[in-house]
Amino acid sequence: MKFRTRAIHVGSEPDPATGAVVTPIHLATTFIQPAAGTWGQFDYSRSGTPTRSAVEKTLASLEGAAGSLAFSSGMAATHCASMLLKSGEHVVAGCDIYGGTFRLLHKICNRAGVTVTLAPADDASQISAAIQDNTKMVWIESIGNPLMTIPDIPAIAKIAHDRGALLGVDSTFAPPCMLRPLELGADIVMHSATKYLGGHSDCLAGVLSCREASLHKELYFVQNATGAVLGSLESFLLQRGLKTLELRMREQSKTALEIANWLEQHPRVTRVLYPGLPSHTNHQRAKQFMGDQFGAMISFEIDGDFQRTKMVCQSTKLFGLAVSLGAVESLIEQPASMSHASYDAQAKAKFGITDSLIRISIGLEDPSDLIADLDAAISI
Amino acid sequence: MENTAIVDHPSNVSPSNSSADSSATSSGHGDFAKRAGFSTLSVHAGEARQKPNDSITDSICCASTYTFESTQGILDYIEQKQDREEYGRYGNPNEKVVERKLAALDLAEDAILYSSGMAAIVGLLMAKLSAGDEIVFFDQCYHRSREFCAKHLARFGVVTHQVKTGDFKAMEAAMNARTKMIVSESPTNPHLTVIDLEQFVAIGKAHQVETLIDATLATPFNIRPIEYGVDYVWHSATKYMGGHNDLLAGVISGSKEKLEDVRKLRGILGGINSPHNMYLLERGLKTFALRMQRHNENGQRVAEFLENHPRIERVYYPGLKSHASYDVAKRTMKGFGGLITFLVRDADWRQTAAVIDACRIPRIAPSLGGVESLIEQPLVMSYWDYSPEDRLRFGIHDNMIRMSCGIEDADDLIADLKQALEV
Repeated sequence: MKFRTRAIHVGSEPDPATGAVVTPIHLATTFIQPAAGTWGQFDYSRSGTPTRSAVEKTLASLEGAAGSLAFSSGMAATHCASMLLKSGEHVVAGCDIYGGTFRLLHKICNRAGVTVTLAPADDASQISAAIQDNTKMVWIESIGNPLMTIPDIPAIAKIAHDRGALLGVDSTFAPPCMLRPLELGADIVMHSATKYLGGHSDCLAGVLSCREASLHKELYFVQNATGAVLGSLESFLLQRGLKTLELRMREQSKTALEIANWLEQHPRVTRVLYPGLPSHTNHQRAKQFMGDQFGAMISFEIDGDFQRTKMVCQSTKLFGLAVSLGAVESLIEQPASMSHASYDAQAKAKFGITDSLIRISIGLEDPSDLIADLDAAISI
Repeated sequence: MENTAIVDHPSNVSPSNSSADSSATSSGHGDFAKRAGFSTLSVHAGEARQKPNDSITDSICCASTYTFESTQGILDYIEQKQDREEYGRYGNPNEKVVERKLAALDLAEDAILYSSGMAAIVGLLMAKLSAGDEIVFFDQCYHRSREFCAKHLARFGVVTHQVKTGDFKAMEAAMNARTKMIVSESPTNPHLTVIDLEQFVAIGKAHQVETLIDATLATPFNIRPIEYGVDYVWHSATKYMGGHNDLLAGVISGSKEKLEDVRKLRGILGGINSPHNMYLLERGLKTFALRMQRHNENGQRVAEFLENHPRIERVYYPGLKSHASYDVAKRTMKGFGGLITFLVRDADWRQTAAVIDACRIPRIAPSLGGVESLIEQPLVMSYWDYSPEDRLRFGIHDNMIRMSCGIEDADDLIADLKQALEV
């Protein structure tokens, strides 16, 4: 079965108890057992619920994984993966990783004696150079944020594996209908399912999927032991969102490409960062791995200072002024004052967070409505 | 377009997205609903631009009752006819958002939501018809609405006439001075006959009776009967609007003036929908345009596959040239939806059931319009208790299959039907 058909049917088998065509929301925290010492399929809801298991089955099918685990947030998922590391071990992470992952690695994992080196993920040789004898994990993003860099996942997987390290890929910007990192050699793929997978801005969730069953089992042990699991109501909403994932992504990518092309022609726009544009440094690599869909996140710079850029972001009428991404509603933000405000001037310069940078997340609105809205705001 | 996202609500206009004003976006008043793309309307129409707690989605408000600050507050509410909540049976914030969204999509002034499609039609007819009144139906229509009129409205002295679907002369002949309303589905279920709404409305106007169209199978994505002058549009929102086979809802769209007494009666009869369901419906509508586009594409492709299959005797789908409604459908509709009815050649009812039982993707279930494809044999599912003569009268054949194409890959659906027809 093809991707979209699996998104609707795998893990959504009719309920054996009632025939319901939609997975029931099981809110029970505990389950009656057949006998003392004999365990049924479910025992205590931290260990699993029928609703969470159903969406995990769907996710594994979409990702091409041996198994998937659903968490209460993307950070909970990343944290679980980081708990594979022991004191004295080392991680190599991409320079442009999500700020929350940066904070986790530098301010939480360090407490357990884990050390970190950052390297540009779109340059495999620099990742290779950063690997040490005690490196046990390489963590990159399949599309970097906010500069939209694209790493060579197969090359980095080979480098990591040759040195005895696991490769984890945060693929939040590129859901499995666009890119499946496990098929390219990654060991773990992580999603903030709050974004495209849920897709409706109404459910906080994270996912880890593994290529090998043994690693899945190991991560399940950590998840069950630490407990940041996804609740059944959110599991239901996530599974409902997955049913339209492919349609949403196809449409949002298409609209984003149209808008990126339009922005590139706009006289007041000085630079557009979108992997679908031939002008993007990693365009060829994006085409190689993602085909004709490049996601729905665009960063661009205008010919204005901090204040004017801020004003543009505040002037849209359809784009909502908010961080986050990946939903049906289009959003706009100024990284320098919002998502990356905590960076000092030096870090901003280093990671390309200029005052005139604007990041937009393209939703499901009509492209012409979005272009009209952006045009009015940029021309303000 | 104003910041109110879709149409200026008379009471709220907020100047930019940084404003903290709550601005409800209504429909029908301004002309944005006509200018904005359908998908933009599906995502934003009816919602406040800035919501309580600044959340991007509407919160689910489960209250059964709503408090007043003081006795004076109640008096102000009554005397000034304030627009606020009172008791859960009269309305809730979640259903109001969806009502505005659906009104915008239907290009109607107003819309009223109910706990099911049947609750909606019952609510409308109970509000509009009294003892001695008469209504005329085209006979291909949902069997439960027909049953409600013939069996239950009859107990209250309302007379129902049924005439052959699409036979406007017969419809006019059945009308008299007591006729209050003419009713049809378009497309009809399960034969997918498309009604010429210009002619339908012309008859209503000529006789000064109101018109009602059940547009459940069409949805406003494919046609907006209000544009043709139809007075009331009825949808089972359980189907394409909700779209995920996980909620029940019904809606009537029309003018504010005509729906005023309908809304009041809903408050008395109590067939309102729940805040939980309304949130799911609102969420489902966000992808309405995408889903409908796919349902239309899948419907057309599967219908064409079936028409060319040697084991298929006949396919009822308005997107096929062989369908009697092809011309009117092509002229008036953007697409033809995901519902297809077909006859298996030289098959008795058991052989027909075997085809259904051999399918692996569509699930055997009543209902339609969800992301999951569903399949059923009308004889078994809806007409098992009818006499053979009555079945024939309603055009229900033993070898008839009705399939609701979901949004799966069309290639998968076609491959599955192909193998099922070879079993």
